[in-house]
Amino acid sequence: MTEHAHPSEVITVDNLVQTIGGQEILRGFSLKVYQGETLVLLGRSGGGKSVFLRHLIGLMQPVSGTVTVGQEVISGLQERELAKVRRSMGMLFQNGALFDSLTVADNVAFPLRERGETDETIVTAKVEEALQMVDLAGHEAKMPVNLSGGMRKRVALARALVNQPRCMLYDEPTAGLDPIVADSIDLLIRRLQRKLGVTSIVVTHDMKSTFTIADHVALLHEGRCYFYGTCDQLRASTDPVIRDFVEGRSHDEP
Amino acid sequence: MAPARYVGDLIFSFARYLGDLALLAGETMRGIFHGEVRPQLVVQQIYEVGFRSQLVVLITGAFTGAVFATQTYFQFHRLQMDTAVGPVVSVSMFRELGPVLCGLMVAGRVGAAMSAELGTMKVTEQLDALRALAVHPVDYLVVPRFLAMLVSMPLLVAECIGVGILAAYLLTTQILGVSETYYVHNMLHFTGGRDVAMGLIKGMVFGVVIVFVSCHQGLNAREGAVGVGRATTEAVVIGSLFILVVNFFLTMTLNIFFPAGK
Repeated sequence: MTEHAHPSEVITVDNLVQTIGGQEILRGFSLKVYQGETLVLLGRSGGGKSVFLRHLIGLMQPVSGTVTVGQEVISGLQERELAKVRRSMGMLFQNGALFDSLTVADNVAFPLRERGETDETIVTAKVEEALQMVDLAGHEAKMPVNLSGGMRKRVALARALVNQPRCMLYDEPTAGLDPIVADSIDLLIRRLQRKLGVTSIVVTHDMKSTFTIADHVALLHEGRCYFYGTCDQLRASTDPVIRDFVEGRSHDEP
Repeated sequence: MAPARYVGDLIFSFARYLGDLALLAGETMRGIFHGEVRPQLVVQQIYEVGFRSQLVVLITGAFTGAVFATQTYFQFHRLQMDTAVGPVVSVSMFRELGPVLCGLMVAGRVGAAMSAELGTMKVTEQLDALRALAVHPVDYLVVPRFLAMLVSMPLLVAECIGVGILAAYLLTTQILGVSETYYVHNMLHFTGGRDVAMGLIKGMVFGVVIVFVSCHQGLNAREGAVGVGRATTEAVVIGSLFILVVNFFLTMTLNIFFPAGK
């Protein structure tokens, strides 16, 4: 099943519906992500942002609706049929999801070896380069259990980037990091976009990060895309739901 | 109506569970024939499954053989059939005790480890990370374990049987005073290739049962640490029960091809 999307659209999500445990998490979410841009997806905790992100790489299949990556409709594909699309994408998981039986170097080398790279000199060079990019050179021999949360996340980022994907999905890349490391991750996302033209979809709550990296911002509210626009349009919005989110107001009694 | 409904639900759940196991087996076969077998992981699993299970299996085999020989001797001695202890122990070890007890021990040691490892990977999103990196979890995790078990289990069963027979021989001839010559002669006379084949085939089948039950539990673990604990317990319990049930049907079937006695 192949449909033709607009050439500049990397990902097109149409009317996505997802139900978990009888609760409707996504209620017809539609969104387009364009080539080379960074799209930030905002939304409240438990609102379905991560669930949405998982659909983009086929980790979840929707109840209804379609996800098109490039020119291929991936919703409804079998696990083995998704491999080709997944090879062009990278995903940073919220908690890193490092393979805890492998060292840092082996974690980062994993995608290279799995895609048939047998020359260990090349593997070592690429691993070093990826770890330097996330400021973790010299930690190659450590096991994930001996790393802090922030370091784990950065190793996971190096693992996701080592094969130079055309599209990156970030699930809360700066959550739990100190402001300096968080800023370095933001700058890295920006740098990847500018130098390599990587398309990025970033799920976050971090407004500072949003304003640093986003070309477009989408707000997921009650299972639908409530807002889509630029950072300037987000700042200028007078909609109370958007203002509450941007300014972090809860309306609870102190 | 309630009891009938309960039984109906139970049968339906069991049928669905068997279906899940069959799908996992099918996916594993696809992984072997169409995916990429990772020899390094297979060797690593042979070390984990085969090499590291030896102590448990050897102790099980030795003491089972010894205690079975003792009990048999006490009964046969009254009938002055002391030298028949050899064939009775040997045939029993080959056809039933060796494969079943070895299978139960491996289900406890290896099955629990497999289920816990895969379950932990599931709840910490490591399986999703594999999938996101375009690696099928069955190809990477189940296929090497399956192949390792196919290689290791017959060897473990053979060790278990061999040590059991040796322990029985030493006990009966060196401590209980049965003639070595008659013991060995009778044992070799009544034990044949059919008994060896039955033991090794059973061992291989039990290995397959352990892999699929344990991996299925691990891959479907939910709800954090509690879920991993539950999956591990269920892997051992279901794996052990399956071994006992499958053993009955295997005995009935294999007896057609490899009948007992001459």
